[in-house]
Amino acid sequence: MIRVLIVDDEAPARAILREMLSAEADVEILGEAATGLEAVKTAAELKPDAVFLDIEMPKLDGFEVLELLDPQVAVVFVTAYDSHALRAFEVHAVDYVLKPYRAERLREALSRARARVGDRPDPVVLARAVRPPGQYAHRVVVKDGAHIHVIPVERLDYAQAQDDYVALRTEGKTLLKAQTLAGLEASLDPSLFVRVHRSFLVRLDRIRALEPYGKNDHVAILADGTRVPVSREGYVRLRELLE
Amino acid sequence: MHPVLADGRRLAVYMTASLPVALAGTALLAQGRNALPPAPAALIAFPLSVAATLLLLPVWYLCRALPVYETSVSRLVLTHAGGALLTGLAARYLGGSVARLVGSTRPGAGIEASYQAQSAGVMAAGALVYLLAVSFHYVLLGVDATRRAEQHSMELSILAREAELRALRSQVHPHFLFNSLNSISALVSVDPLRAREMCVLLAEFFRKTLALGENPGVTLEEELAVARTYLAIEGLRLGARLSVEEAVDEAARACLLPPLLLQPLVENAIRHGIATRPDGGVLRIEARTDGRRLRISVENPFDPDAPPRPGVGVGLTNVRRRLLAGYGDRARIEAERDDDSFRVAISMPAETVG
Repeated sequence: MIRVLIVDDEAPARAILREMLSAEADVEILGEAATGLEAVKTAAELKPDAVFLDIEMPKLDGFEVLELLDPQVAVVFVTAYDSHALRAFEVHAVDYVLKPYRAERLREALSRARARVGDRPDPVVLARAVRPPGQYAHRVVVKDGAHIHVIPVERLDYAQAQDDYVALRTEGKTLLKAQTLAGLEASLDPSLFVRVHRSFLVRLDRIRALEPYGKNDHVAILADGTRVPVSREGYVRLRELLE
Repeated sequence: MHPVLADGRRLAVYMTASLPVALAGTALLAQGRNALPPAPAALIAFPLSVAATLLLLPVWYLCRALPVYETSVSRLVLTHAGGALLTGLAARYLGGSVARLVGSTRPGAGIEASYQAQSAGVMAAGALVYLLAVSFHYVLLGVDATRRAEQHSMELSILAREAELRALRSQVHPHFLFNSLNSISALVSVDPLRAREMCVLLAEFFRKTLALGENPGVTLEEELAVARTYLAIEGLRLGARLSVEEAVDEAARACLLPPLLLQPLVENAIRHGIATRPDGGVLRIEARTDGRRLRISVENPFDPDAPPRPGVGVGLTNVRRRLLAGYGDRARIEAERDDDSFRVAISMPAETVG
């Protein structure tokens, strides 16, 4: 038995998914969601095995939803947009289905979802695959219990690695996201965010001053007064960007 | 083919030029110390100038081989000085033969002797005629080059226009088609009548879009008919999320505009506007005219927190470029956005058929 959630902002698109999926013997449809936000909340509540997910939706798009879903959930994108979907799916999604589709195609996606439940590739690869080259995230989404925060990259001061999480610092608040710092770094524009240290990624225009620290290291003073350690490699990267 | 021989009118003009040359030649021969009587002077000058004019036609090939702006001045001067000299000599000897012939009909009149005394003048006249022919041919080459350039630029503008039309047609987003087909696929089992309605609307939309694209100018009403069909399809997909208001003057409906100018604006209003809101909203199209200006606006709400969708600004840029190409500074397009609504306003000359 595979338990699925249907996410699409168009009622007819949800209807065809429901019709085809409910014809399958071992599929249980847990529910439907019409926006990305609703999808994340419903998924947290109902814990589906697989999500059939549209890409262009109100509030959160399909990629953002995927980032916020439990990594165990198998995601099948169902979209009319072959251009940017293709890249994403080759690597990380269980499958992608182009609209309109036949029942057999959906069945194929379903069997891939069954086979790959709980298997998701490296987040760094994922973050790179989701964006076409030269195109970076405009915002970072974070799930905080039932609440979902959307942080525009202009308001992200810095990020710090903390075990399996990154701590995102924005407007005086700190939010925790289940992601690696390398994964976050890969999704952001490298001309705006610099990895100044193994554990720190800083928005370049937040840096007010650089001071020497100890024998080889430096420390960056940010606009809000925070002091962030800068490693030797980080210092080289910073110098390159600032010149 | 020689441009003068290929065109009867040009040949006539060219040969007419031999008339004043002949008259001038007659006058020249009939004056001075060794003046010939007018009749024999004319008898010599006329055949001579007609022959010279005809024999100088091939100079065109020489001129074509030596374009004024691409040949060194020394080469031009040397070549044409040589040509002038040769023509002068030829005129002199040819004139001598004619004079002998004319003299033989009036023995004792000393015609040939008088001619010989003036042969230097004939030679100079021949050289001058050569230079005139050269100038004429250069002018002719210039005219032809200009005409070719005009034709070329016209062909280019036709090509540009065709390219624009092709772009217009492909501007109809394939995703719109795919999503609509997906809706049909969904409706077939649950609501066959609506599925059929959607098929008909889709066919209507593509038929109208293709037909409109062929016209250089369409009426606002025709343009709105396309938009209505499009919105009816989007309405079937988006359901209650989409509502449309149309506030259009009767007089404005007859105004002309470039085909499918509004379509990208209406599509944007859906894709980057209504579709980004979970509860949708009202898409409002307004058009009015005071007889001199036509003002059209498309207004829609949007979700400022929505993830940006690819292709923002492409449609608007295209519309702006097309207005600029068609109307220059007589048309204006402005986009205003506030917290959660977006409005594009066009102001352009109000033109109607006839």
